[in-house]
Amino acid sequence: MILIIDMCYKRESLSKNEFVDPVVDIVSCKKSYIVKHFLELKEEDIFRAEKIILCGTALKDNEFMNHIEKFYWIRDTEKYILGICAGMEVISLVFGGKLRKETEIGMREINVRIDDPLFEGRKNFSAYELHNYSVDKLDQFLILAESENSIQAIRHREKKIYGLMFHPEVRNKKIISTFVDL
Amino acid sequence: MRLGVLFSGGKDSCFACYRAMKKEKVVCLISLISKNEESYMFHTPNISLTDVQAEAMDLPIITHETEGEKETELKDLREAIMTAKRRYRIDGIVTGAIDSVYQSSRIQRICNDLDLWCFNPLWQIDQLKLLRELISEGFRVIITGVFAYPFNEKWLGRDIDKKTVKELEDLRIKYRISPSGEGGEIETFVYDAPIFKRRIEITKAKRIYSRYSGIYKIEGVRYVEK
Repeated sequence: MILIIDMCYKRESLSKNEFVDPVVDIVSCKKSYIVKHFLELKEEDIFRAEKIILCGTALKDNEFMNHIEKFYWIRDTEKYILGICAGMEVISLVFGGKLRKETEIGMREINVRIDDPLFEGRKNFSAYELHNYSVDKLDQFLILAESENSIQAIRHREKKIYGLMFHPEVRNKKIISTFVDL
Repeated sequence: MRLGVLFSGGKDSCFACYRAMKKEKVVCLISLISKNEESYMFHTPNISLTDVQAEAMDLPIITHETEGEKETELKDLREAIMTAKRRYRIDGIVTGAIDSVYQSSRIQRICNDLDLWCFNPLWQIDQLKLLRELISEGFRVIITGVFAYPFNEKWLGRDIDKKTVKELEDLRIKYRISPSGEGGEIETFVYDAPIFKRRIEITKAKRIYSRYSGIYKIEGVRYVEK
């Protein structure tokens, strides 16, 4: 079972259609899933999950940053995690990283620095960006890919934790399917 | 949250409005009237009827004319959104974008610049699922424009019902046509919906068609109480 975490500003928000449903559509073709809002997440949800996906949020939606303690479990779990945009920001923050203002909106070229199964051998590809912040380099993480202006993909050096700054549910759906199959 | 909906009168913006109304407060509609029939951002057939639909929905509407040229229409869109922000104190914008990153990213940038939320409640939705949901939720929609092979004149003015959806599904398989017309193959007009206080009846219309391209021009309407 895949646990899909809704990171939007409130439960059942208008943003859910945009940032959670497209991920659900991809995952549901492969595996069973449950969707939980980050404020209603329980220990047993994490325990029962095979893999975990943290979804993105709207450009103006940074509410999750006011509840960063709700995500400290990320540091302790051994499960596969994929953080998309806001999800990657949260991963960075719980491991002591910092965010910096960096707006990217629309399609951008992504250059792969370290090959990873998620990219299936591609050296570069176009991806959809929608963010006002980016993450800085973190010692515990490898930088897998970058755009001209920001770090686009990270993987924890020891844990099975990924972060993607671009939105793979738009134009790069295969990355999510591949993650589910890892 | 107080929201303004970018409204073309077609099924996507109308359904996006419906979804927005379920979660937040929609306080106005915003329509750009493009003089260019091949507008990059805004569809054109019967766009002048958006005020009729707004009245049926009992919502105020801001209409803003644009020459419809590639980048000036973005400037016009920005002005229309600024007017909505000033006049109706909106916190955000709702669009009916499904898959166009060209359209969506431009609107996202404008909203970001103006410190407004941007909602796309149909983003990445399966297009056949959208059509089926429209029908089951009680939307009454007709095809008002066809712009691709093999659409003939008979498609103009046709209701989107289960039979139409099945035919559009077949066209997707055979000709790779986007079933909801996201690729600009078809345009639509909503004449009734759960968010309409009154139904719109089309009393006069004509078909203008030539070689797989045509519009269903609505020339007369009246309201019918529901």
